[in-house]
Amino acid sequence: MSSTPHGEPITGAEIFVRSLQAQGVKHLFGYPGGAVLHIYDALYKQDQIEHILVRHEQAAVHAAEGYAKSTDMPGVVLVTSGPGATNAVTGIADAYMDSVPLVVFTGQVPLPLIGNDAFQEVDTIGITRPCVKHNFLVKDVRDLAATIKKAFYIATSGRPGPVVVDIPKDVTAHRCVFEYPETVEVRSYNPNVKGHPGQIKRAVDLILSAKRPMIYTGGGIILDHAAAELTEFARLLGYPVTNTLMGLGGFPASDKLSVGMLGMHGTYEANMGMHHSDVLIAIGARFDDRVTGNIEKFCPHAKIVHVDIDPASISKNVKVDIPIVGGVKSVLTDLIEVLKATSERPDADALAAWWEQIDEWRSADCLRFDRAAEVIKPQFVVETLWKLTGGDAFVTSDVGQHQMWAAQYYPFDKPNRWINSGGLGTMGFGLPSAMGVQFAHPDATVCTITGEGSIQMNIQELSTCLQYHLPLKILNLNNGYLGMVRQWQEFFYQGRYAMSYMESLPDFVKLAEAYGHVGMQIEKPGDVEGAIREALAMKDRLVFMNFLTDPTENVYPMIPAGAGQNEMILI
Amino acid sequence: MRHIISILMENESGALSRVSGLFSARGYNIEALTVAPTEDPSVSRMTLVTNGTEQIIEQITKQLNKLIDVIKLLDLTQDSHIEREHMLIKVRATGSAREEVKRMADIFRGTVVDVTDASYIIELTGAPDKLDAFIDTLGPKLVLETVRSGPLAIARGGRRLAI
Ligand SMILES: Cc1ncc(C[n+]2csc(CCOP(=O)(O)OP(=O)(O)O)c2C)c(N)n1
Repeated sequence: MSSTPHGEPITGAEIFVRSLQAQGVKHLFGYPGGAVLHIYDALYKQDQIEHILVRHEQAAVHAAEGYAKSTDMPGVVLVTSGPGATNAVTGIADAYMDSVPLVVFTGQVPLPLIGNDAFQEVDTIGITRPCVKHNFLVKDVRDLAATIKKAFYIATSGRPGPVVVDIPKDVTAHRCVFEYPETVEVRSYNPNVKGHPGQIKRAVDLILSAKRPMIYTGGGIILDHAAAELTEFARLLGYPVTNTLMGLGGFPASDKLSVGMLGMHGTYEANMGMHHSDVLIAIGARFDDRVTGNIEKFCPHAKIVHVDIDPASISKNVKVDIPIVGGVKSVLTDLIEVLKATSERPDADALAAWWEQIDEWRSADCLRFDRAAEVIKPQFVVETLWKLTGGDAFVTSDVGQHQMWAAQYYPFDKPNRWINSGGLGTMGFGLPSAMGVQFAHPDATVCTITGEGSIQMNIQELSTCLQYHLPLKILNLNNGYLGMVRQWQEFFYQGRYAMSYMESLPDFVKLAEAYGHVGMQIEKPGDVEGAIREALAMKDRLVFMNFLTDPTENVYPMIPAGAGQNEMILI
Repeated sequence: MRHIISILMENESGALSRVSGLFSARGYNIEALTVAPTEDPSVSRMTLVTNGTEQIIEQITKQLNKLIDVIKLLDLTQDSHIEREHMLIKVRATGSAREEVKRMADIFRGTVVDVTDASYIIELTGAPDKLDAFIDTLGPKLVLETVRSGPLAIARGGRRLAI
């Protein structure tokens, strides 16, 4: 147990630091301000925790998300009260939507001033309530250590998520004896990890009876580190696997059982397979509207098994036949065990016919693109990056067309390598999240695939990258448009391109250089490979590659809004 | 369908707003809500009346259970239960109405708890529809002001909601 020797009282700020140390925190992403100055002073006096100074609080949270999404550690953030807290809210909401384990500490005005509209006061608890797993206002220094312990426990257990701890400035000055609790119990919170054995048996019976099965998995596989179990499960059965945007890498994309991503911009074979399936095995996925398309038309023939740690995710959008509440890793392990113990096997003939059908859909080659084009095709850039990194880089992305191309043309074989903002769809996520990944994996190749719109939403972080020598590789797929918006305007608004043209773009090469990095401009398809190769070779420099890509390229295939999964637009 | 959900939750500041915030954020209805500490002062009990399809009620109970401050809950509508609501009603009591109102109060087993020349305050307890009936019987001419507690409810027999 961590405690102060001889029971000597220390300040709340020191308790904060000691608690984080006891919690094993190595990196803290943050930005100082009045309400947290006592804490910064305490941080200054120690060297166990590295504090990373970002340039905007939103970026601190995204960096912590990248850190958490690429590891099995929670991300930790410290910001000041008022604007510090409100700037962090977008990141917190992002983490909430994608179930990212974060603990975000916000400074607050001193207790006697709360409610007085004091300088830099906001009701952080009130503002963040709808977008956190839980939040705490610490009103007494004697509760501080235990609250921090609880915050980490809640953030990282069950369905993970962000927890905010709001700490008034005077609490960080008050003193008490420090003791970091070894265990934590929250009587109202007992996440259920183990799946119900009866449900697991029923599920196996249904799974084995399938003639046209589909395994549909999401971010839960990544969050629960269950890729190995999923892979064993799928191979045991020989069933096709599709991943959501959040679940990419949860099953090796190069495996012949993989039919790729599903959903709005998923593959034809994945979506057709979903639509025609008779048994759908959903694991750690939540039937998001970008996945299901028109819910009325979703999987009309399928009986559905749904495994999820969060009971509220089950039968929320789609009524399921066999719900299993539990951690996906634990439930998959049990499913594998039951499958191995039974002598029954899947219907081989039916399965062979199903695969034949899937291969026919595959032959539509829905991800083909024009390889002879005179302009740089964004797909080609991503594909080349994949080739040159051996498919083994960490890739973060922003939000837009480039995000979809990254997901489509950089097939991941490993989990926790693909880091993006799925639920909230936050432009500005890419660069700061990559910083977090690089801190967690200092020697790894970390790439950001972005667009000229998104990158400008947190471009100031190029400064942070210089300060901490983060050798990120930024691939800006610069189509001169808010491309995803432009695509929708082309399809659904008869080409009225309202506000989707990014005029007055900066010179990104000069901008990168101004921040102390290497900038490259790539204008011809023939230069793409050489440029990426050169950039990757600069192991210790951040390289900003500005690719001038086809301004009119669209993301295909696509399920238009309101359509079913079997109504994809191919190229 | 109308459902009464009883919730045991941590008696912490902010716990109530987590519940009401959940309802507004997800577009669920709250018809009535009462809350007070239980015999264990660290625990509050909330009685919440809502309505929705089976699927919505299932989501409501799941989302409530997901709130960290919620310890336990019970959808009382599933089984037989006792439901009571408390009302204080200020009624015009002049002329011939004076006698009439008193008689009605007696029939409904209400108690007159305040008397002036022009008005009575009547205290009445019962199932919500009984209170509705009393208000309807008096009619808008006589009713000056009402305050209702919202229903309280408890399961009959051995079923209990306790920690
Ligand atoms: C913060 C934020 N604002 C607005 C949007 C809506 N939006 C989604 S994609 C997009 C365009 C993104 O443009 P760009 O980053 O250039 O990428 P492209 O689609 O061109 O690849 C916009 C504006 C968003 N997702 N996030």
